[in-house]
Amino acid sequence: MAEKKKQEQTMEVSQGTGMILTILFSFLAIAFLFPIVVVFYNSFKSKLYISDAPFALPNSETFVGLKNFIGGIAKTNFIHAFFNTAFITVFSVLVIVLFTAMTAWYLVRVKNKFTGALYYLFVFAMIVPFQMVMFTMSKIANMLYLDNPLGIILIYLGFGAGQSVFLFTGFVKAVPLEIEEAAMIDGCTPIQTFFMIVLPMLKPTAITVAILNAMWIWNDYLLPYLILGTDYPTISIAIQYLQGGYGSIDMGAMMAMLVLAIVPIIIFYLTCQKHIIKGVAAGAVKG
Amino acid sequence: MEKSVKKYFPLFVLPTLVAFLIAFLVPFLLGIVLSFCKFTTVTNATFVGISNYVKAFANEDFFNALWFTVKFTVVSVISVNVIAFVLALGLTKGIKGTNLFRTVFFMPNLIGGIVLGYIWQIIINGVLGHFGLTLSMDGKYGFWGLVVLMNWQLIGYMMIIYIAGLQNISPELIEAAKIDGATKLQTLFNVTIPMVMPSVTICLFLTLTNSFKLFDQNLALTQGGPAKSTTMLALDIYNTFYGRMGWEGVGQAKAVIFFIIVGVLAITQLVLTRRKEVEN
Repeated sequence: MAEKKKQEQTMEVSQGTGMILTILFSFLAIAFLFPIVVVFYNSFKSKLYISDAPFALPNSETFVGLKNFIGGIAKTNFIHAFFNTAFITVFSVLVIVLFTAMTAWYLVRVKNKFTGALYYLFVFAMIVPFQMVMFTMSKIANMLYLDNPLGIILIYLGFGAGQSVFLFTGFVKAVPLEIEEAAMIDGCTPIQTFFMIVLPMLKPTAITVAILNAMWIWNDYLLPYLILGTDYPTISIAIQYLQGGYGSIDMGAMMAMLVLAIVPIIIFYLTCQKHIIKGVAAGAVKG
Repeated sequence: MEKSVKKYFPLFVLPTLVAFLIAFLVPFLLGIVLSFCKFTTVTNATFVGISNYVKAFANEDFFNALWFTVKFTVVSVISVNVIAFVLALGLTKGIKGTNLFRTVFFMPNLIGGIVLGYIWQIIINGVLGHFGLTLSMDGKYGFWGLVVLMNWQLIGYMMIIYIAGLQNISPELIEAAKIDGATKLQTLFNVTIPMVMPSVTICLFLTLTNSFKLFDQNLALTQGGPAKSTTMLALDIYNTFYGRMGWEGVGQAKAVIFFIIVGVLAITQLVLTRRKEVEN
């Protein structure tokens, strides 16, 4: 609602200028979609006709139906990769949202040197590049038997904690203390207060945190590759394997797998667009 | 209240803290220690002083990667932010199709780095193919390929942030500038841009760190080739760790240097642009 009001407030341009802008933006939008469209129709072409003429549409000679999809799915074990990715993403996001919200609330409500230091450690973790910890982290994960789809959830919680705690903390500070105090005077325990009073109020931030983490974990390549290897491939690992595992790449299978990787994301995006765009904007402002 | 909450530490903080220790803090500290050691796994390390750092600084690949990364970051940060800002200006005028355009421009951001790399490999090779060229012939094609890819991926994201910033400017302020006789360009540079500085800060931060730390897209689009000419820092560190036996320590030393560069860049940029933000 606030968004609509703001839209009306912004400066309008004359109808002529508006029309020209719309036309310009239309061309740009087509250019933006072009790479995806090319990959999409190439996935129906024989692998021999992709690299040489990627912009040519399929014709009766080059069209192979679903052959690339069937071959690609078998080669990469795509179904397995899809469910691995979905499992890891869904559960990591749930765990991250729940535990970092709890941690952020505690860090804001209990003020001492330890909680203060911990907060700065979480903020610090946000700027450390993955390469700094990739070797030691994957060795430790291996030693602690965390190198499986369940164990990696703990790794994602630990590595994602920085940004998520930071985002939640910013919002918890804005929650009025009086409401919580009233709840506790009425006999709520801190656990009840958090889950019944605080968590519902944190819902918009929880959606932002969930979206930012889901975007990261679903697409992540190096962390799952180092920890899970090819035993439990994710979609990114399966696609990279197609490039690395064979002498010459099967371009048909590659195009088909790219399409299968993109389609779920686009469906998810078009259904939750509003939340995603709002979440990204909200996450950035607090950063 | 603080007292009653305090004893719930094991429930509220411990799970996150344990995960944080395992996945970040211990590996981070161990990484610093190991950068002064020779090792192949973390358990067989022997102290070697600063020799890993000496090797890292004497390593030509490392400097080539650093220089390539710097060039790429400068070009990407400027192009992404200028284009994203211009698009944001256009999409806050209430023109027809605003929502549709916003949806389309943001979409590439959701696609993963590996997938993006292969999408653009086919497109760029297709275009170069018309001239009898391929990506693997010359590093400059890989460079511009990565710049185009980065723009395609990040423009929509930054545009969303700029739109949010632009919508926060009160129309009265723009109106007042107009009444005072400011031209459109003057209004843009003296009113609009100073008012969206918080968005500029965060967009510069995100594009700077994302460009500097780029890995997946680099791996998928060019694999760093031809002859390592398009290898960025993150990929060079990866190759040092996993592609060269006995160089794990040098890889870790490079990673520490990489971390320091990213940290210094990020903090300097935040301090510089925060100063320019208008107090509300």
